Amino acid sequence: MKGLNELGKYSTLLYQALRSSTEIKTYRKNLVSELVKVGVDSLGIIMLTGVFTGAVLTIQTAYQLQLSFIPISTIGSIVSESILIELAAVISSLVLAGKVGARIATELGSMKVSEQIDALESMGFNSVSFLVVPRVLAGLMMFPVLYVVASVFGIGGGLIAGMLTGVIPASEFIKGAQLYFEPWIVLFGFVKSIVFGFVITSVACYKGYYTSGGAEGVGKSTTQATVLGCMYVLLADFLLATLLL
Amino acid sequence: MIEIKNLKKSFGNLLVWQDVSLNIDNGETVAIIGRSGCGKSVLMKHINALLIPDEGEVLIDGENIHQMDYVQTRKMRQRFGVLFQGSALFDSINTFENVAFPLRYFTNRSEDEIRIDVMEALELVGLEEAWEKQTSELSGGMRKRVALARATILKPDYMMYDEPTSGLDPETSDEINQLIMQMSEQLKITSVVVTHDMHSVLEVADSVAFLDQARLSWFGTVEELRQTDHEALLRFVTASEYQVKV
Ligand SMILES: Nc1ncnc2c1ncn2[C@@H]1O[C@H](COP(=O)(O)OP(=O)(O)OP(=O)(O)O)[C@@H](O)[C@H]1O
Ligand SMILES: [Mg+2]
Repeated sequence: MKGLNELGKYSTLLYQALRSSTEIKTYRKNLVSELVKVGVDSLGIIMLTGVFTGAVLTIQTAYQLQLSFIPISTIGSIVSESILIELAAVISSLVLAGKVGARIATELGSMKVSEQIDALESMGFNSVSFLVVPRVLAGLMMFPVLYVVASVFGIGGGLIAGMLTGVIPASEFIKGAQLYFEPWIVLFGFVKSIVFGFVITSVACYKGYYTSGGAEGVGKSTTQATVLGCMYVLLADFLLATLLL
Repeated sequence: MIEIKNLKKSFGNLLVWQDVSLNIDNGETVAIIGRSGCGKSVLMKHINALLIPDEGEVLIDGENIHQMDYVQTRKMRQRFGVLFQGSALFDSINTFENVAFPLRYFTNRSEDEIRIDVMEALELVGLEEAWEKQTSELSGGMRKRVALARATILKPDYMMYDEPTSGLDPETSDEINQLIMQMSEQLKITSVVVTHDMHSVLEVADSVAFLDQARLSWFGTVEELRQTDHEALLRFVTASEYQVKV
């Protein structure tokens, strides 16, 4: 019952956001700053996550393939494909649920409890258009970009780790990566990252926008935005895999 | 003109008040008084449809604000200036930008015109020096005054003040009261002042609405207030008078 109620409120908020997405003048400025906060400000952590994911994956794949009689370039295939199809989108989204989702929920939550959202509304603003639309749009637009960054750095990290530890030479890694490469894998990754961007930002906006109960309430919203963001990303990942693979 | 008719509001099981009816004529200033938690702020938020009542209606110039679509509601809200109890300044921008905010979005004024208007408004509340300060650098009283400048910058037809003088020193309180009176007299603004500062009530208000026991317990002019024998109201007034006179 409570779940249904929440789902109703969440859909209503999204519907309002969709309807007010035409009021570009209201959110243009906020969109620019959100694109920076979601995209540019996340570059560092996404590169780092990418590099380490790729590096660990290479070393572990090499370890697991040690005893078998398959060409060494297979490591390159496995690593690059896993990164493009799953890890770049999912791991970076889980990280971003903690970074972007938590920030959005805290921002909107504290605006809510300090009556700033009431103040916006009472001036005649559409607060959903002003606050929610640019944040969700920034998620939709920036997560695919971050997916590309995570992929590039992930594969790069794998390549370098393979070289440095001596498990696979760069040329073999690249050969393997090219061997089974198919463009639709990247397309699939893009779709995933767009969906995850939407899930994380919209859930965080919802939790923030409906915060109640002062500073404690803001803390609660932030935690819930992060936890639910991660859970729904995994759920969406599962659904997309069943639907599209 | 604001007409409030048989309004009732509850949050879950908590009945805030019911049967609240009162009219506010154009140019008039009504004070809403009552003890903490009696629902003054909640009543104020019904007047510009930030909250929706369980029953009853609010008419602004004859139009029911709770039955408008969102576009109409927002048009109507632009005719109101609201000073929130906690000031509600936007903390991501500085003092100047807070006051300039409505101008930037709702007018086509040039940057120079905006600067002149904002500095004039800040001067009126005695804060022209603080224009560059961030919200977090302002004291509670300063925030209130910045919020007042922001609420009045578009010269609204209606003003609603939630505790405009609480947390201010007596001298600044007096200046704010003067400002409220000046606004209502010179610009013919219709005002709603939520307060528990009786000093302020006697100075600025034409009539007084007293919320008590989950209803509008008393409503009358300030002259009538001076002669009332309403028990709870008298208790409320005398309790505050000690504060004023000591
Ligand atoms: N959004 C809300 N959800 C649930 N209860 C609320 C909400 N807003 C207010 N209340 C409750 O309604 C009652 C009236 O609150 P209100 O803020 O109007 O009091 P007030 O008269 O303004 O008090 P004060 O003088 O302390 O500001 C309180 O009991 C409060 O707990
Ligand atoms: Mg109040």
